[in-house]
Amino acid sequence: MQLTQKHVEYWSKNLRITAILLFIWFVVTFVIGWYARELTFNFFGWPFAFYMGAQGSLIIYVILIWYYARYMNNLDRVYDVHEGEDE
Amino acid sequence: MAGPSEPTNVFTAGSQRSFNATLKKVYTWYTGGFIVFIIGLAIAEQMGLSRQWIGYIFLFATVGLYAGIGVMSRTSDAAEYYVAGRRVPALFNGMATGADWMSAASFIGMAGTLYLTGYNGLAFIMGWTGGYVLVALFLAPYLRKFGQFTIPDFLGARYGGTYVVAQIYGVGLITTRLTGVEFIYGIFLGIGGILVCSFLGGMRAVTWTQVAQYIILIIAYMIPVVWLSVKHTGIPLPQFVYGKVLEKVTARETQLIDDPKEKEVRAIFKARADAAAAGLKGLPGSFDTERKTLSDAVEKAKADNNADALSAAERALAAYPKDAATAKATWTKDSGLAARAAPPLRHAEAFPGKDDAARDISRRNFLALIFCLMVGTAALPHILMRYYTTPSVREARASVFWSLFFIFLLYFTAPALAVLVKFDVYTLLVGSEFSKLPQWVASWSRVDPSLLSIVDVNRDGIVQLAEIAIGGDIVVLATPEIAGLPYVISGLVAAGGLAAALSTADGLLLTIANALSHDFYYKMLDPNAPTARRVMISKLLLLVVAVCAAFVAAQKPADILFLVSAAFSLAAAAFFPALTLGIFWKRANKWGATLGMAAGLGITFYYMATTQPWLRSVFNVTTPINDHIWFGIQPISAGLWGVPLGFLVIIVVSLLTPTPDRETQELVEHVRYPNLTGDTMDTRGT
Repeated sequence: MQLTQKHVEYWSKNLRITAILLFIWFVVTFVIGWYARELTFNFFGWPFAFYMGAQGSLIIYVILIWYYARYMNNLDRVYDVHEGEDE
Repeated sequence: MAGPSEPTNVFTAGSQRSFNATLKKVYTWYTGGFIVFIIGLAIAEQMGLSRQWIGYIFLFATVGLYAGIGVMSRTSDAAEYYVAGRRVPALFNGMATGADWMSAASFIGMAGTLYLTGYNGLAFIMGWTGGYVLVALFLAPYLRKFGQFTIPDFLGARYGGTYVVAQIYGVGLITTRLTGVEFIYGIFLGIGGILVCSFLGGMRAVTWTQVAQYIILIIAYMIPVVWLSVKHTGIPLPQFVYGKVLEKVTARETQLIDDPKEKEVRAIFKARADAAAAGLKGLPGSFDTERKTLSDAVEKAKADNNADALSAAERALAAYPKDAATAKATWTKDSGLAARAAPPLRHAEAFPGKDDAARDISRRNFLALIFCLMVGTAALPHILMRYYTTPSVREARASVFWSLFFIFLLYFTAPALAVLVKFDVYTLLVGSEFSKLPQWVASWSRVDPSLLSIVDVNRDGIVQLAEIAIGGDIVVLATPEIAGLPYVISGLVAAGGLAAALSTADGLLLTIANALSHDFYYKMLDPNAPTARRVMISKLLLLVVAVCAAFVAAQKPADILFLVSAAFSLAAAAFFPALTLGIFWKRANKWGATLGMAAGLGITFYYMATTQPWLRSVFNVTTPINDHIWFGIQPISAGLWGVPLGFLVIIVVSLLTPTPDRETQELVEHVRYPNLTGDTMDTRGT
């Protein structure tokens, strides 16, 4: 079986969005974590780093996964690699 | 999909759309019914129903409910039994995964850990949620497209051969997770419920029971926190308003650190700990000299005719240990009081430490632990298996979102609960009089002194923070009483803890039994076995595994607890590199994967064996721990070394050995595209 140009493009778009979302995940988790002692400015009552660790990063994780699912499910249709209906 | 002999009911509906609609209706009614049930019990409590009865009613009603769902979901069809017919809609699969993921330790222990460790405890909050990002981006959709039953299925197909070691290893990993599940609510009753449920219906029964359990546990977690939030802030949204409470807690901490009375109590603990440490050091001689000092004091007081001094000296002598062995035990315990001589930790401070070096090590360990928990989450077989049960790749992607969303609801509430309880303790309990302790303090310190004990150490009649010894679990368990809720809510919290424990045990037991029957019996011993026999074998193994698990849990193996948390590091190092490279890099081959898994796992285990006290004693390692510690990283985070090494070895070895054959490369293309024109490959398991 030979992959078409469209298939290659689909996969590279998938890799690109994966890399972008992974980068956000990394910054939210490890870069903010690394500077937690410095990032203590008041964020709606919480010290910023504490808020990110307790809630902010979690909200971002949920959004990242939601966005990935939406983006890819849409990409499947655009590149015509989607499955039949669930019914 | 349901065979002719299958019972027809809500869990066996026809088309996917009507199935979704029916499920939504059923679980909405179920949730409403459960709330009515709680209100009914609350009214009965007002009318005089005893606490004991409330407890029994909760226990039997919930376990009976789970068993009922199990009976309704009974099946002998392989696809139904192993992967719930692959028809579980994303939303419900997410709820079931959430219940599977959150054990009693998460439900009861998480807020307590945060209470006790402040910012540093957030490593668990982030680690156990952020891992789902990796599941979503790297694994779930591709494994769903592959579409078989277990993780070794994929490794075997991608890298060739059967992964016997991976199979044994995967089972071992899940077993260590299982032994950490606390069967405190009656091991055997729980096992009974599980058996009815999973024995009859496998993954189908477990999934629909877990959805029911999730609903109970999340209601049980939210009600007390919301109430406590209203008590302290007037607003029923604890997650959004506890920042103000945290500010007050921080101000109160500063006060308590400098308070002279607090310092006095801490000094008393320090003196006791120092004396005990000195006594321990001087054993066996110190036992006699100490006793002589005390009896001399009695004689001196007698000679001086000082009645007060005499009675004090006599009391001290009477309290003195009877012999050297008792003295050793007492002093060992007392030297532990050094921890209570320390000032309270600042809840919001990241990486506390005595100097910059200590803070730096604390920071490194915090981030390393997050890394290992996240990558480990994305490599634990019982979680990945969940995404085989959705109807399509699209639903698998959505399902990871719902999984994390439902886990998120609890995990983003836990930090709020910890701060609210801390505020209550720091402002209402500390500074109150011993003669007027709140009701919940009296009742909980009677139940279990290791959960809560308050002793007037400096005899001033006022509670100091340093006089309170608190166990983490009390934060969740006592919240209903702290918030002033009726007893029915305490019963509800216990039912929530039971739901969390059972749902996790259910999922783990089923994964183990399925892995054994599918990977060992079917794949290796009898590949021609008809599906009915495979399911039968699976059910028998489930019985055996459940009995063994109950037996092990009844022994309460304390040392195993380390392995429970180490499971994340071990899973991360062994499986994550081989799984992700198998999907994202066609060039990865059998040799690379085999050696990479061995190297990653090897270094992780080596690091643990040389740095963890219990494993050191098992393997008889006698060289000093500090010779083996790299960059101050704790053994629990040993995966920090194993994961990169695993990737490196797979890449290097694969490049040095031949490219995988055409068929394997087509398999990679097959899993990358939800639907590929011209692709004739069908990897779906039957």
